[in-house]
Formats: sequence, C-alpha cells, structure tokens
Amino acid sequence: MALFERLKDYSEESIIFTSRAVLAFGCVLLLMLVLIGRVYYLQVVEFERYAAISEQNRVQLQPVAPRRGLIYDRNGVLLADNQPNFSVTLLKEEVDDLDATLAKLGELIELSERDIERFQERLQQRRRPFETVPLRFDLSEEEIARISLNYYRLPGVQVEADLIRHYPYGASLVHALGYVGRINVRELEQVDPTNYAATHYIGKLGIERFYEDLLHGRVGFQKVETNARGRILRVLERQDPVPGQNLQLSLDLRLQQFSESLLAGQRAAIVAIEPASGEILALVSTPGYDPNLFVTGISSRDYNALRDSIDLPLFNRALRGGYPPGSTIKPVIALAALETEAITPEKRIWDPGFYQLTQNGRRYRDWKRGGHGWVDLNRALAESCDVWFYEVGHRMGVEPMSDFLGRFGVGADTSLDLPEAITSFLPSREWKESVRQLPWYPGDSINLSIGQGFLVMTPLQLATTTAVLANRGRWVQPHLLQGLVQTPGDAPQPFPPIYQRKPKPADVVLENPDNWNHVIDGMVAVMHGERGTARRAARGAQYRIAGKSGTAQVVGIAQDAKYDAQALAERHRDHALFIAFAPVDEPRIAVAVVVENGGGGSGTAAPIAREVMDAWLTGDYHNDLQEKP
Amino acid sequence: MSGRDFQRTMPGSGLHPQRPGGLWHYTHLDGWLLVLLLLLCGFGLFVLYSASGQDLGYVQRQAVRMGAGFAVILLLAQIQPRTYRFLAPLGYLVGVGLLLGVLFFGVGAKGAQRWLELPGLRFQPAEVMKLAVPAMIAAWLVRQPLPPTFRHLLSTLVLLAIPTALIMQQPDLGTALLIAASGVFVILLAGVYWRWIFIALGLAAAALPALWAIMKDYQRQRVLTFLDPESDPLGAGWNIIQSKTAIGSGGLSGKGWLHGTQSQLDFLPESHTDFIIAVIGEELGMTGVLILLTLYLLIIARGLMIAVQAQESFSRLLAGSITLTFFVYVFVNIGMVTGLLPVVGVPLPLVSYGGTSIVTLMAGFGILMSIKTHKQMLTR
Repeated sequence: MALFERLKDYSEESIIFTSRAVLAFGCVLLLMLVLIGRVYYLQVVEFERYAAISEQNRVQLQPVAPRRGLIYDRNGVLLADNQPNFSVTLLKEEVDDLDATLAKLGELIELSERDIERFQERLQQRRRPFETVPLRFDLSEEEIARISLNYYRLPGVQVEADLIRHYPYGASLVHALGYVGRINVRELEQVDPTNYAATHYIGKLGIERFYEDLLHGRVGFQKVETNARGRILRVLERQDPVPGQNLQLSLDLRLQQFSESLLAGQRAAIVAIEPASGEILALVSTPGYDPNLFVTGISSRDYNALRDSIDLPLFNRALRGGYPPGSTIKPVIALAALETEAITPEKRIWDPGFYQLTQNGRRYRDWKRGGHGWVDLNRALAESCDVWFYEVGHRMGVEPMSDFLGRFGVGADTSLDLPEAITSFLPSREWKESVRQLPWYPGDSINLSIGQGFLVMTPLQLATTTAVLANRGRWVQPHLLQGLVQTPGDAPQPFPPIYQRKPKPADVVLENPDNWNHVIDGMVAVMHGERGTARRAARGAQYRIAGKSGTAQVVGIAQDAKYDAQALAERHRDHALFIAFAPVDEPRIAVAVVVENGGGGSGTAAPIAREVMDAWLTGDYHNDLQEKP
Repeated sequence: MSGRDFQRTMPGSGLHPQRPGGLWHYTHLDGWLLVLLLLLCGFGLFVLYSASGQDLGYVQRQAVRMGAGFAVILLLAQIQPRTYRFLAPLGYLVGVGLLLGVLFFGVGAKGAQRWLELPGLRFQPAEVMKLAVPAMIAAWLVRQPLPPTFRHLLSTLVLLAIPTALIMQQPDLGTALLIAASGVFVILLAGVYWRWIFIALGLAAAALPALWAIMKDYQRQRVLTFLDPESDPLGAGWNIIQSKTAIGSGGLSGKGWLHGTQSQLDFLPESHTDFIIAVIGEELGMTGVLILLTLYLLIIARGLMIAVQAQESFSRLLAGSITLTFFVYVFVNIGMVTGLLPVVGVPLPLVSYGGTSIVTLMAGFGILMSIKTHKQMLTR
C-alpha cells in the first residue's frame, strides 16, 4: 500500500506548495501584464483607428429626398400633388432567406407574381449598399398592421412611408402634364447622383419631364445615429432639402375638362391657345389614360391593354398626331397668293366643280360637285372653294406656299416646354427631292393648296398657326408654364430660361398689311357669312369668330368615285378639322380641333370649337352638343 | 497573526492556540476577501446597468443573485475543510452521474445540452463539478504523500478526464476548460515533478502536428476559424471585431458611463454577459479596465495567501486551485474579448450577468474562507 511506502512529510509538502504557489502568482502577474499590454495596444496605440471605426458604425450620412414641386393650373387648382404612400421594402443585407421571407410576406399581404417579378428586377439593379428595395406599394392600414405584428420574424422587412406623386384629375391631364415613374438605371446615369441620392421618382413625360430640374429640388442630408440594426435613433445634424419649385401652368382645368367632355368617346384632340401670350389654355387628347398607374409601376396586364388598344390612348394626338390639315390651311395659302400677287382679292375665278391643269388632264375635284360658279377670295374662304385654291396654287407654284407655310410654323416645333411635340416636315421642292427622290410635280402644288398631299400638321401646329393669324403675323410660342409660385394664388414669377430655349420665329410681315383684313374677313365669312361653311356653328354667338373648317381624306378616293361617308368603314371616314379664333378684333382664344374619322370639319369639329370658345369667352360651360341632333 | 499561524502549523507543537475573537471569528469570514468581493460586485452592478441598456430589472436580478452568493459564502464558510474532503468523493460521483444524465436526458439550446430539468428546478450539473472536481482531485492526491508517484498521477488524470470529457460532449468547451484547469492546478500545486510536466508538454507539442495531419479539410477549416475568428467577419468574427472596436475606441478615459456607442447602440453582442469587459473598456476606458484588473489581482493574491497559510495539503491544494481557476476565468474572458484567444464561452467572473456562475464562484470563495478561518480547530 502506497500509504505505508512513504511517510507524509507535512513540512516538505508545505514548502513545495508554497514554491509552486509563488511561481503560480508570478505566472498570474505575467499574464495580467499580457492582458494590460493588449488593452494598452487596443486603447492607446490603435485608439484612433478604433475610434474611427466606432464612429463609422454609429453615424451615417443619409440623403433626404426633397419634396417634389406641385403643379397648379392658371387659377391655382392643384393638378399634381404628393401623397403619403406606404410600401413594404426589404433590406437584402438583413434578410437571411429571401424566398422564405417573400413566402411569409405573401401570407400576410397580397403579392402578385408581377410584384415579385418587379421586385426581383429592382434587386438586380445597381443600388447603394444598405438601400431598401420596395416590394409592394399602396399598403392598406390593415396590411401595415399585419406586417408590423410580424416584424420580429421578418428581419430586414420594413414598412416605409414615402411621398408619391398623385394626379387628382387622372386621365384628363395626362397628355398635358405627363407623369413621374420610378427612376431606372439609365436615368440614374443621366442625373446628378448626389442630388438624386434619395429620390425614387423622376419625370418621365410631358411637363413632369421637361421641368424635372425645377420640380425636383435640392437633396438634403442628415447625419443620423443608428443602432446595429440600422434603426435611426436620433438625428445629429440636418441640412434640410430644398423642395422643388411649384409650377403654375397656363392650363385652365375647367376648360380642359370641359373640352375633354366635348370629345367624349372620340379619338380627337383640342388645343386652345391665348394668342396674345402663346399660353396654352387647354391641351386635350382623347382617349387618355390614368397616369397614377404609372407612378409606382404599371402592371404588365394594364400596360398591354393600353398599348394594344385600337384607340391608342397612349398616343398624344395633340402633340404627335400628324393630320393632313385640309382646308384649314387655306387662309395661309390665300395670304401667300395675295402677297405674291398671284391674284387680287376681288379677282373672280370660275369654278365648274373641277380643275384641270391641261385639257383632258386629271380632274381635281371641288368638294361641291356642281361647283361654286364665280368665286372671289372672300367666297373662296367662306365656302372653302377648292378650285379657287387649285388655280392660285398652280399660278404661284410651290415656293411661295412652302415659304408661307414655314413662316406660320409648319415643319417646326415652336413650342417652348412640350418635349413630346413633333416637328413633322415642311413640304417643298427641296424636301421632296431629297426625301422622296422625286421631282415636284405641278399636281403636288394643287394638292398642297388645299392642305392635302404631303402636308401633315399636328393639332398644336394648327393652333399655333391660328394664333399667329389672330395676331396678324406676330409670333407667339406655345407654352404651358406661366411661372413659379410659392403658394397658389400668388402672382407667378416668370421663368425666363424657357423663352431663350428656342429662337422665336420671325413675325410674318406682309408687304401689303391689308391682306390680313382680306383673309381674316374671309375667315369671318366662314362663320358669319350667309353661305359660310360653319355658319351653323356660329349661330347665336355673342362675339365674332374667324374660323376655317377642314376635312382631311384618310384614304384616296378614285376619280369620279361617289363618296359616301356612311358606306366607308368608320375608321376610313374623313378626319374633321376646325381652326378658329375669337373675338376677331381682339382675339383671346385660338383653337384647333381635330376629330379622327369625324366626317366633315364644319359639321363635327366646328361646333366643338364653338363650345370651347363659348366656355372661355362667355363662361358658358354648358355642353350644347348633345341637344343638337 | 501569521507568526502565530506558523507556530500552530509546526508539527508537534503543544501550544494551544489563542483564539482570536470578534466578528470575523464568529462569522468565519475573511475581511479582506469579503471587502474585495463586495467592491467587485458593486463595480459589476454599476457596469451592468449600462451594459443592459439601463435596465434596472437586470441589475436587481443580478443583485439578488449576488446576495444569494454572499449567503452561500456565509454558509460554506461555517463548514470545516475536512468535511469537504470527506464529501468530495460523494460530490464527484453524484456529479458524474448527473453529467451522464445530461447527456441522455438533458435540455438545452443552440445545439448544446447543458441543463437538467427537474420539476420546478433546472440546473447545470457542470457548475457543481467546478468545485467537486478540484476537491476530489485534491482529496485523491493527499491520500498518498506528495509529490504523487507516477501511478498515482495516472489515476488522478483519469479522475479528471472523465468529467472533462463528459462536459465536452455537451458540448461546453468553456466549462470543460475551466474544470480541466482546476484539476490540473491541483496536480501542479501538489508538486508533480518538473520533468514530468516538461515531458507532457513535449508530448502534447509533438501530438499537434500529427493530429493536424490526420484531420479532414473541413475540420481544419473549423479549427482555423476558431483560432482566427476575424477571417469570418460576418459570422464568428463579428463579435470580436465589434468588441475590439468598443475597447479600442474607449481610449484612456473612455466615452463615459452610459455613453458607449458600441454598447448602447447594440453593435456589441452579448454586451451584458460574456462581452461585458468591452463595455468597461469603451465607457470607462483603460482606467476602468485597470481598476478591474487590480481588483482581480488583489482577490487572487489574497486567495493564494490563504492557500499558502492553510494547515494541511487538501486545503492548500483546493484553495490554490479555486484561486487560480478564478484567474483562468479572468484571463480567458478578457483574452477572448480583446481578440487574444479564441472565442470560448467563459463569463467575466462576478461582473457578467448570469446566475449559476456567480453562485459557483461565491461557493468557491466560501470554501476559501472556511479554509482561512478553521485552522484553529485543526487537531491533527
């Protein structure tokens, strides 16, 4: 037994223990020094490095999106505002399992495949680190509550409040205002990344796009203290964003909506301009569509429906629709003829109902089968006699007509702030030779003289031409912006840069200013003459109107073929056009109306123009169209 | 006083001890140790208030545990050291039995089974073993004259290996390490020959490369991550990076109590438990860390003094082991949080929030006080 082999030596055990204990204490001291050395290294040697890391952990510089400027009409009615919208977003860096999180969210709120698809797209796009990606917008209060209750099992999921553009009048103004939508990668590359650091929306179309810089404002910043989960605990420093400028447009919402109601159910456009200033009072293209659908991203089903609709609601007819102006261009042709002295106002031309360049040549028919008989300038305009214009068009040839059309804005985009407006083109000998590689034939001049053939114009161009006629040659450039306002009701502060954007076309100066009177008198005769084509549309007017109807052929009609509007398929019917300004002596409105497949200009388009003018000049906003048979 | 103690430890001394009177005598407490522990607990509560996010509930619960701890000290200080020696084998056997129970019936969290659940009671048998193992090893060793013979040493190592292996199975690396250390300290303090120690160290050093060679790739990867957590900055490294940042950014004087951004803004994980030293480093700076280390050093010095002055080997070994194990807590915890050592779940003694570790530690100090104050009654 071990116990008996050696005797316990208590004294020696104690001595051994003491020496070991002293040694152990030495080791303890040494290791304590190691710890102190380590702490010294961290807290003294590396202090600045760790202080910097700790500061970076804690403090984050966050951009703050500016509030987008509001848009008012000329009376201070709000046309585009910002509404709070709640969206559910994901912070990918904190989401453990994306699919599982989406599945869980799908149980709480309605998530369509489209939502998830769009979310995945957004996720693929380049984004700033720790930036949330929206999954669905327009959460209801109930949905917000349901998500909030489940926050604890949905790491990285947040409900975010955002200000989102809202268009209270929806489709009524979409072709005038445009809309904003979520900013995409391509647009991000074109804007100042700092200024747009917190912005999710950008003007895509129309006024919203054109005045993006004004409406957007200047980004603000805040230094925030966040905890480890990124929640903001307090704001340390803040530089407020500068909100975007509020725009006041020249549009009159009431006139706009009234004009829209006049076109109900039709593919048509109305542009009304104040001739003195060039301010656009109404800009309507029907059918329209709801811009609010586009703000947070339209679903593919909705978009396809709009894109594939036979009525082309996405198409801005007022700015981009090219229509043969037909007889509405005759006042300009008449001016050209008078100025080139191809004819005098009194000189009469015999109209047998057709016109021939040569014996047995092609017969250019008058719209009136029997002809108008002896016709002077005034009757030619009032009754829209085609043969008179064939004759003068042939006499002066293409050059003066091209020249005058160009001086009245044909083939140019003279608008100041309508980015979608097209220029179209100005038919001329050079144009045909270079574009069509064909010589200009005398027959082309004949077609041009009644606004057919190559000539196409947009409703905006027609209205502009009418305004210049109303001004007797003084040019105004059509525009929507009246100025910038702080609060609605203020006098708008002009925004000069837009006037310098384009050189103003030279005023139309006539060698013989009397010619204005001759032509305008002819246009008055259209409305108020006893044989004026649009006399029915002017019946009972409390002011004098100068107008001109136009009917543009959609399909060519064979020689001598009997024209029967009823027999033609609806979409092959003529386009109805009408231009007018009033009152004649002191014009306050110039209006152009185009109704696709509307039939005759005087029958369909002129009454619409009359309603618009009545509304604007006399305040009669009653739609009389339905009451007439 | 120490002169009298020395006299009394002389074998064959016929002098009857003069019993000291007063409070310390009747309560069997050690004034120095008690004051130091109170200071440490106060400091711990002070820091815990900040580390818990200024939650008085935590502080209250911790204070209640500390109170319970002091009650345990008072209780255990009354029991004579030889009672511990007699009870050691029983405690050890019951402990091993409970550990086996944990292995088969235990409950736990995060993939580790550490708890035994009885109706109305839930406890960690490993905590009991923190004291039962060194007591058992010491009791076993003193059955024969010290230093131990080779055979005796081998049997001791087996006694130590059984509970250590069982706890590693749970797995609870931190506790296994502390228990192994407590046993090894007993063996080392018992005076085991230096050449054996060096041979053991040499063998271990030689075994490492061989072990590395036979390990599979994924195992090596795990070892590497364990040794260098910062190679995995989003996983295991996150805690260490944040704790180093907290300590480093505290500087010499700290950011001020309650004003540590790392700790108050939740960047620092486990800030009120294992990583609480980082809160001290951040908010109280190096000054705070040095105050804490000084308190620990004084406690350890006092503990070793009690061990050296004990009258027989069992008490000496047990007191020495308890004190040195206490230091292992301190060193492993601070080493871990400052990035010197791999991450092992060891709390900062008497400062980290948590009940069981406080009671176990206090129990150890109760035994130390018993050893300190029962010398007079030794009759051997």
